[in-house]
Amino acid sequence: MLSRTADNLFWIARYLERAETSARLLEVGARNALLPNTGGGFRNEWESILNAAGTRTAFVAKYGDMVQRNVESHMFFDRENTSSIASCLHAARENARIVRTAMTTQVWDAINVAHQEMAEMARTERSQLPLRDLTDWTMRTTALIRGAVEGTLLRNDGYHFIRLGSLIERADSTARILDVKYFVLLPGLSYVGSGLDNYQWQTVLRALSSARAFNWVYKGELSSAKIADFLILNRQCPRSIRYSVEGIREELDALGRGYGTTTEAQSYARALQGELSEATIADIFDEGLHEFLTRMIRQVGVLSGHVYANYMTGRAA
Amino acid sequence: MYFNEMYDGDGVRPAYRALDGWMRDMPEELRTLKQSEAEALFRRIGITFAVYGEGGDPDRLIPFDMFPRVFTDTEWRRLERGIIQRARALNAFLCDVYGRAEIIKAGIVPAHLVYCNEAYEHAVVGFRPPKDVYSHIVGIDLVRTGPDEFFVLEDNCRTPSGVSYMLENREIMMRMFPHLFQENRIAPVESYPRQLNRTLASVAPEKCTGEPNVVILTPGHFNSAYYEHSFLADMMGVELVEGQDLFVEGDFVWMKTTEGPRKVDVIYRRIDDAYIDPLCFRPDSMLGIPGLMNVYRSGGVTICSAPGAGVADDKAIYTFVPEMVRFYLGEEPLLNNVPTWQCAKPDDLKYVLSHLAELVVKEVHGSGGYGMLVGPKASESQIAAFRAKIEARPHNYIAQPTLALSTCPTFVEEGVAPRHVDLRPYCLVGEDIVLVPGGLTRVALVDGSLVVNSSQGGGVKDTWVLAE
Repeated sequence: MLSRTADNLFWIARYLERAETSARLLEVGARNALLPNTGGGFRNEWESILNAAGTRTAFVAKYGDMVQRNVESHMFFDRENTSSIASCLHAARENARIVRTAMTTQVWDAINVAHQEMAEMARTERSQLPLRDLTDWTMRTTALIRGAVEGTLLRNDGYHFIRLGSLIERADSTARILDVKYFVLLPGLSYVGSGLDNYQWQTVLRALSSARAFNWVYKGELSSAKIADFLILNRQCPRSIRYSVEGIREELDALGRGYGTTTEAQSYARALQGELSEATIADIFDEGLHEFLTRMIRQVGVLSGHVYANYMTGRAA
Repeated sequence: MYFNEMYDGDGVRPAYRALDGWMRDMPEELRTLKQSEAEALFRRIGITFAVYGEGGDPDRLIPFDMFPRVFTDTEWRRLERGIIQRARALNAFLCDVYGRAEIIKAGIVPAHLVYCNEAYEHAVVGFRPPKDVYSHIVGIDLVRTGPDEFFVLEDNCRTPSGVSYMLENREIMMRMFPHLFQENRIAPVESYPRQLNRTLASVAPEKCTGEPNVVILTPGHFNSAYYEHSFLADMMGVELVEGQDLFVEGDFVWMKTTEGPRKVDVIYRRIDDAYIDPLCFRPDSMLGIPGLMNVYRSGGVTICSAPGAGVADDKAIYTFVPEMVRFYLGEEPLLNNVPTWQCAKPDDLKYVLSHLAELVVKEVHGSGGYGMLVGPKASESQIAAFRAKIEARPHNYIAQPTLALSTCPTFVEEGVAPRHVDLRPYCLVGEDIVLVPGGLTRVALVDGSLVVNSSQGGGVKDTWVLAE
């Protein structure tokens, strides 16, 4: 496959995943805004959501006040914010337009319809668009596109590059969301039960659409170790870092088998997966949660760089 | 009086018999519903057409008219012979003017019209492309003025566009009105992409051993015809590449893939000559591949259409095509040219200037319906302004009589009304010459208008050839 096509597919997946992350963060923020204001937590929540999205500075410069309507504009509609849902869907559609030949009609249809609906929403009076509708729409849209990919795309290299894009973006965003809230999960607060903390960990779990799943997997008491374990090391959780890295490794191995080559990206992913499969939560707390997460973000970045160098420059792998 | 393709007085011509009932039985609401359904389908598939320089909505649709344009088998076979004949003559001409130039020596075509032509590529003089084919896809624009009268309006030897509409219009008609296809024997056009692929593979360079690797070269997704490029690549199962995806190394052209470099044998380029190789043509081109022309001239890759093919479809050369048919093929031309006055010739110029109100005047190198004067439709001041332009640069203009373009029933606000149409069939030239039974029918949607260009309010129709 053309290197440029692989690069485009990879980024379509990353943009869609990013749109979904933004939608989740928005949903969490809106939910917190409905809860009683605990120690200024309400204003704080919007701030931490902007932190998690990594766009706090840009937001403050443009909008100033951290109120829902502004955050909504910023994270949903604002095309100047490159990780807003509108920007991500637009970028995904532009990339898709370029690589139409590498996707099925169903996948293109799903992406193109999303783009048209987005244009429609941008023209609609904002009072007609409750936040919950916007976030639900985003989740439904990305699910539809993912479904079209899963259900109709050939399992060839293009599919593997799409999966790689989603999983790399996901590993990165889980690590970032956790990092923003890492202080809630410090071992010192071994029992999380107080009102404020309750919001905080709920925020983390909800931001990753994992609150219910968590309850299924971990019965009984809530503890920071359990939450961190769930989101970092649990193989059953589809948003955990370990799950994502395992997936990345599988996709790279599938590419390697197809091409009959071994690449740096593959070796790097294997090493990272090896580390995560042996790590315990105690190890991670020993290293320092923040330090560990920072290292993960960096390593996922290095891995992404290897993927680019090995497959997307057109040099012999 | 205009030739109406459907009605002969009160009678319905054989080609349109099936459509007569269809049209009468269709309630107004159904028609509106189907029309919006068609539009939604086009938008969903993403067939849009951005018009250069117009700005506005980059995702503009070309209006699709549901009323098909129909040819009988007999009519089509006549056209087909004429089109194939013309495509052969044009290729023979190209081969000649880049070789021994017999037609110039014979005094049939003036040397300066060829050698001083902007489209004449000195870089390929003496080079013979595989199978001696220069123009692999010849689009011949035809108009009809009577039951048996067809005229060639112009030839397109470089990269005629619009074939994706021929294919998609048919898909949409089949989806919306399946019973029409069950009840009539309509020749299918869907083999076009496969035939195109076969044509391109048949002109692979000699150095190519094994299955030729064919690619389509596009200027990129900002190009107005990008949809067509990607559609064709998809239907043909070949890679759609941009200049940045290709590079020259050794004696070959390579494309950058996830598995490393892969050799390219045939490039169907949808980029003008001037942009394909910055080392040979425009040095500021970012779209091309440096060194491509060297590989081409040493037989490492085939470029389709061949660089330099444009000299055959120039409006000044057009006048000589019937002569080419006689000269190279020893046959009488089956398709006629529209009589043309060359403003470069003093006598012709005099005639044109004194008959501006009844003529159509075009720029020699223009396209897309821009920069032309339609005398009978123009105001006095428009004619005066155009007269000044012609007097300033007479060699830049040709003139033709205003043709009585045939009409085909078309859905309009008030119901069904006749509108003027033209036709562009796509002739494929490789080892064999083939023509898919169909083409692109363009229709001037504005009442009385003779300009069918999509940039000037034209639409498209499905074009049927009824099988015997």
